[in-house]
Order: sequence, then C-alpha cells, then structure tokens
Amino acid sequence: MAHDSVSPLLDVRGLTTEFAVGRGGSARTTRAVDGVSLQVARGETLGLVGESGCGKSVTALSIIRLIQPPGRITAGAIVFEGRDLTALGESEMQRVRGARIGFVFQEPMTALNPVFTIGDQIAESLVVHGLAAKAAARARAVELLEAVRIPEPARRAGDYPHQLSGGMRQRALIAAAISCKPSLLIADEPTTALDVTIQAEILDLLRDMREQFGLALLLITHDLGVVAHLADRIAVMYAGRIVEEGPTAAVLSQPAHPYTRGLLASLPGAAPGTRLKAIPGSVPDLSALPAGCAFAPRCGDREPRCDERPPERTALSADRHTRCYLHVKAG
Amino acid sequence: MALVNVRGLVKQFSRRPTPFGRSSVVRAVDGVSFTVDEGETFGLVGESGSGKTTTGRCMLRLIEPTAGQFLFGSRDVFALKPAAMRAARRDMQMVFQDPYASLNPRMRAGAIVEEGLIIHGIGTPQERRDRVRELFALVGLDAHQLERYPHEFSGGQRQRIGLARALALRPSLVVADEPVSALDVSIQAQIINLFMDLQQALALTLIFIAHDLRLVRHLCTRVAVMYRGRIVEMGCTDDVFRDPAHPYTRALLSAVPDPNPGAQPPRVIFDAKASDLQAPLREVAPGHDAAI
Repeated sequence: MAHDSVSPLLDVRGLTTEFAVGRGGSARTTRAVDGVSLQVARGETLGLVGESGCGKSVTALSIIRLIQPPGRITAGAIVFEGRDLTALGESEMQRVRGARIGFVFQEPMTALNPVFTIGDQIAESLVVHGLAAKAAARARAVELLEAVRIPEPARRAGDYPHQLSGGMRQRALIAAAISCKPSLLIADEPTTALDVTIQAEILDLLRDMREQFGLALLLITHDLGVVAHLADRIAVMYAGRIVEEGPTAAVLSQPAHPYTRGLLASLPGAAPGTRLKAIPGSVPDLSALPAGCAFAPRCGDREPRCDERPPERTALSADRHTRCYLHVKAG
Repeated sequence: MALVNVRGLVKQFSRRPTPFGRSSVVRAVDGVSFTVDEGETFGLVGESGSGKTTTGRCMLRLIEPTAGQFLFGSRDVFALKPAAMRAARRDMQMVFQDPYASLNPRMRAGAIVEEGLIIHGIGTPQERRDRVRELFALVGLDAHQLERYPHEFSGGQRQRIGLARALALRPSLVVADEPVSALDVSIQAQIINLFMDLQQALALTLIFIAHDLRLVRHLCTRVAVMYRGRIVEMGCTDDVFRDPAHPYTRALLSAVPDPNPGAQPPRVIFDAKASDLQAPLREVAPGHDAAI
C-alpha cells in the first residue's frame, strides 16, 4: 500500500489492549485500552491527556508494539506511514522503532544505559539502523547534542548519563530519539520528573525540534498546562477510552465532557483560599468497570441511560468528538 | 503572634573523601529565617535542591541542623534534650510526600494512626480506639477501613491516613512536604480541600512545602521562595505572585505552563551568574522582602 499525503501519518483505529490478571479460577482480563481511535497528521502535535491508569502510556507502548505478556493487543489497526504495524513481524517492527518512530520517556536516568557514554548511545541507533558507519555516527551524535543545545557537545558526548543533570539527560534522550530522523516522536510525560524552569526549556526544545525536523508529536501527559502550550489537538482519556477530542484551544475553553470540565475546574487558580471544585470519588478499577459510562459514578450530570451502556463517540463538529449522553438527544 | 520563629538556620552536609575526590561540604540550607503566625498557612516553595525539604526536616529535627535557632512558642527546639524533644514532637507533626513509602506496609491503617498515641502513652486502649475512629471520620475515611493494609488504599486515601496519623496527637504545627505532588489532578483537589477544612476546624498552623506554585498561591497566606539554600523572596502570597521582586521568582512564575495560554506571563530566564546570590533580604514593600 503506497502512502499518500492526504491520509494521516498515524491512524489508530479501535485499538484494544488487554492484560491477563490472576490465574486458574480467578483468571480474568483487564482492558487497559478499549477501542481507541486517534490520528496524527504529518508535523502535527496530538496531546493525549489523562490521569494515572487511564491507559495513555499503554496506548503509546501498543503503538510501538512494546506490550509484553501478560499484555496483548487484542483488536484494532495501527496504520503508520501506510502500513499496519499490528501485521509486522518483530524484525520489521525493529526497523520502525527508533528509525521511523522515536520515543522519549519520563525518566531519563532509566531510559539511558548507565555504562555507555551518551555519544555512544546516540551513535548506536544510527549504526544499528544502517544509517552511518561508526566514525560518521560519532560525528553525527555530536551534531545532535548541539542541536538539542547541550553546551560543549564534543566534550559532553564522552560523558556517562550520571554525569549529566536531569534536564541535560532529557536533552540527550531527545537527541537519541531524533537521531534517525523519524517522522513521529512519542513523548511520554517527558517533563514530569523535571523542575518547572527545566520543564519550560525542554518544552521549548521539543517545539524547536518539531519545526526543525518536521516531526509529528504524540505527547502524553497529565498536565493540561503542558498540552496547552504544545499540542494542536487534544484527546482526553478516561478508563481506557478517549472521552473527548478536538483542537486544543476549543477543548480547553469549552470542554464538552464532564470529566474534562471537572479536570479543568479542579485546578487551583480561580479564587485563592476557597475550596477547590474537586471531582468526587476516584479513578475506577479497570477490572471492575461499570456496564455504562465509566465516569458516571463520579459525574454530576448522570442520567439513567448513562448506567445502561457506554455512550458512543459523537461528533460535535467536523473536528470535535465526545463520548457523553449530554450530547446525544434522549430517545 | 508568631508560633514559629526560625533564625539563621544552616544545614551542612559533608561528603566523605572518595578515591575520586576530596571531602566537600554542601550548604543545603544557608541562613534561613522566617516566622509563621498561629493559624497561618505558610508556603515554602522552590525547585529540587533549593533546601525547602531540608528546612522542614531540620525544624522537626528529623535531621540535626548545623546552626541556627527555632523558637516554637516558648520552646527553643534545637536546644531541647532528647526527652523534652520527644515531648515537643507531640505538638509538631509532618506529612510526607510519598503516601506509598511513608506508611508501614505491614501495619493496618487503624494501627498506623494509633501508633503515636501508644508511644506517647495517651489514653486507655478503648479511648485510643475511639480517637482513631474519630480521626478516620475527620479525614473522610470509613471506619470499616480500619483493618485494611496500606496497599488496599488508593494514593489519595493513603494521604488521608498520613494526615490522620499526623493529627492524632493534636499538634499545633503541621509541616506538610509535597503532600499532593504524587497524586492525580482530580485527587489533589480533594486533599487540598481537606487541608483547608482541617486547618480551619482545628486552628492548625501549617507549613506547606511544595514546588507547585499554583497550589501554594491557592492555599497559603504567606510564602517564601527558596533558591540554593536561601530565601530570595518572602511576603504575602498575593504580593509575591502579583508583583515578584526577585528575578528568580519572576523566572519561576513565568515557567509554569498555564492551561490558558493567554494568561501566560512572558518567559523570564534567571541568570544565576549575573545575580548577587549573597544579597540579604530587604523590604521592598511593607511585609514583602526580597534578596536584591
């Protein structure tokens, strides 16, 4: 199948990822990702937002096929650059991972190998993917460290990860992720472990890299402030499903789903010293989800039909969707 | 009336010599002074390595300060002998950041909350059980959860247990070190509300250590901004946030990404090399000090 310029760079349709928990009589499956569909166009940034356990990281790992047993992709298609990644064998997938799709994880210390210099680690992916011979790869690594604005890149290339600060490690990791000029970068909470002033620098860097290398970005975060600054579009996840999506400014200024509204309203800022508008209750246990909408038990707009079956994906406009009966006429 | 009066607090950590380097001394807290009035909520903010957590731990002598003085009401805390210090601890309690690591996984929730009462020899077994039930209700936990182990609770509920444990001895001062930073956004708001309710109901004096400026602005009446072991700016939260005087405070405030990009102040970069980091605090407006 040839890839054309009209279809999205990444087109995930009905992705479902399940984990087997328990064994014998108590064996059951937990659906961490339940029918997720999302698209990322070339050069576009999609912010995938949600709280811990909502399935946003499992979605990312599923896309790059790094789900390990007892986890398994049980349904859906992941069409990337015109090919369905779910149909690829592991050796073909290895040529996609790192080369066509780069990734940056939350904790830069664990994502880097402590016994190799950062220059070697960046050069390695170029050599492995056959993009450069050893000496050329080494020179390219220094260029990449310069591109991510690490001072004295030639000297720093010889440093081990522990010799760098958290912010510098995250820069090195971004350099490694973009080394093979991927078309898509997946960044999973790339600034969560960092101080706020360092976070601001890394967000600036991601924005620059996106423009300089024409990258599309799938940005996974719990921080609505971070998506507001970097994402063109937002998809909000709750209990394994995307409950709302649309252009960033529209979703943040006029949230359609009660969960998105609740998240925004619970942020401090409006009136200091007053009680915050907390969402009551807690995130549901994925292995014991209600039959209806997973958010219904915490929702202030709950109706009887919310408990019957989960709401379907409803279009609010050409580019906005939600899963909520508030936007479906009763009948 | 100031309940807390910290004067010239210093904490040095020394690194022992290794085959690769000589011994060195790090001043994690470098001459910190502040007062907190009774019933006030005081915020200590800063990034990692600023010394905010070390300041809190020194005050409760969970680690021993190198120099300085802490007057807690009429008590000179750093001069107290061990027995008197143990008694003083009844009156000042700490809530920790990580609700997963700060609760003993082998103890039931009720026993965790009761432990302090036993150690300080308070009440009969029946009175203690009643007090634990009362505390559970106070922090919004069900009595049927008394016999559960920490792993059976969510992060937000665990932080409620940590708060019940801290309040068991009816302290007048609670030092909370990043109590909500490990929690999800929707749960953070619940716990912040609980802090506000309890502070009012029990007339607590609260020192809230945090890196989240939005939370501090919401919760605290006064705030001190720390950078590399020193307070660089201090004052009423409103004044400091609306009219920051120190370039580091300005940089910090401008770095927090606002969900409403229109409300984002222009980015300010703090240049530590161009700044006099030894400058003493001076009054820039009534009740508002900055080290400039």
